[in-house]
Amino acid sequence: MAMIEIKDVCKWYGDKQVLVDCTTRVTKGEVVVVCGPSGSGKSTLIKTVNGLEPFQKGEILVDGISVGDKKANLAKLRSRVGMVFQNFELFPHMSVTQNLVMAQTKVLGRSEDSALDKGLKLLDRVGLIEHKDKYPAQLSGGQQQRVAIARALSMEPIAMLFDEPTSALDPEMINEVLDVMVELAKEGMTMMVVTHEMGFAKKVADRVIFMEKGGSILEDCTKDDFFGSPRKQRTQDFLSKILHN
Amino acid sequence: MGDFDFSIIIKSLPVLWGGLLLSLQLFAIALVGGIFFGTLLALARLSSFKMLSYPAAGFVNLIRSVPFIMAIFWFYFLTPELVRWLTGRQGEAVGPFTSAIVAFIMVESAYFSEIIRAGIQSVPRGQPWAAYALGLNYWQAMGYVVLPQAFRNMIPIMLTQAIILFQDTSLVYVVGLKDFLGAASKAGQLTGRIVELYIFVAIVFLVICFGASRLVKLIQVRMDPTRQRAIKQDPALNGPGITPGGA
Repeated sequence: MAMIEIKDVCKWYGDKQVLVDCTTRVTKGEVVVVCGPSGSGKSTLIKTVNGLEPFQKGEILVDGISVGDKKANLAKLRSRVGMVFQNFELFPHMSVTQNLVMAQTKVLGRSEDSALDKGLKLLDRVGLIEHKDKYPAQLSGGQQQRVAIARALSMEPIAMLFDEPTSALDPEMINEVLDVMVELAKEGMTMMVVTHEMGFAKKVADRVIFMEKGGSILEDCTKDDFFGSPRKQRTQDFLSKILHN
Repeated sequence: MGDFDFSIIIKSLPVLWGGLLLSLQLFAIALVGGIFFGTLLALARLSSFKMLSYPAAGFVNLIRSVPFIMAIFWFYFLTPELVRWLTGRQGEAVGPFTSAIVAFIMVESAYFSEIIRAGIQSVPRGQPWAAYALGLNYWQAMGYVVLPQAFRNMIPIMLTQAIILFQDTSLVYVVGLKDFLGAASKAGQLTGRIVELYIFVAIVFLVICFGASRLVKLIQVRMDPTRQRAIKQDPALNGPGITPGGA
């Protein structure tokens, strides 16, 4: 069953088309990695899934609900889809605990106690319980991103979107974040991940989508096909560049 | 200095005190009203709905391009008319104090909206995104995430604007209100000792405004980002396991 269904999505910034007839799907429990050169619209595509970026043509269904529909309750839909950003985007004026609790109480209407309970459990899971009273600026990038993942999970999402979650990190912090993501994938979370971390893709991805400059999907295949025998020359070039680094 | 008689100030103190209270009252109402409506104006101006952003921009630009004193006159004459038009009753009940408050809130909300707009724009775009992604609606995202950060960034400049506002309260003297300056003028005219009283008014303004501006300086130093970075990178404050530059 398709959790996220993207059908012929097109998007323009003014005259410039940034997404060209993008079609793909993420089924329940599947991990899909989206990669491609910069300017290929990967981040834009993933942001259309929870309606952060509007699109002009096509349709996106998340758990059967149309994102582009003007009548759709976007806030409700977003509360059910977790998102992790490149720059973490923790709220800097709130402590780690407040970051974890706020949306649970304000959006889901949970009591302060149960939200705190839930938040701290997840914080413990990402290994940061001793930092619960700190402010984001007092944490390293990797720690901030783990808190951000815990914050997204606290809403008990049906799927998680990751928009280049390790791109802003120093190399030595990348693995601590990837480890959390791998664990999440193994637990069966439905995930759509924009990343250049091919090691992550090889380890847990079910499918890999390769996007090409100009905003179109060039390749959409299983992990084994993608790494074993990419059908397009362009994909091979990209892979040889990125895997040699 | 021999001709000066400063004892007149002691004698006029009750009147002057009353005037100062009126000034402070006007200041407080204009400040709260200005920030409240200024925030709404700023949000309207930043809205993607042209129905909201165009009128808001028009209002702000209009108010900002007329002299403050003219706005005070306008509302002095306009407010009673407006009341009559809205309620059908004579607007005589609207005194100069009410019309001055309307004028001050209007003008200050335009000034503050520009400050707040800049403050909102200083918050990175990812912050509202993250708020929306968690399911917060527009007002929640603004109220819990964007505005607290915007106001924090804007505190020094808002305090500076507040000091200017306090000085501007003396303008209500033109519609016959006995604010601090108005009270001093009245007392001065009655006693023929206007110079002494004006000197006193100047000193009080100086003390209040200079004190407030020192406070602003102090807050600015405390909020200095370089100082915050120093705190962040000081291992003693952080405990172990912190890598600098990770933010």
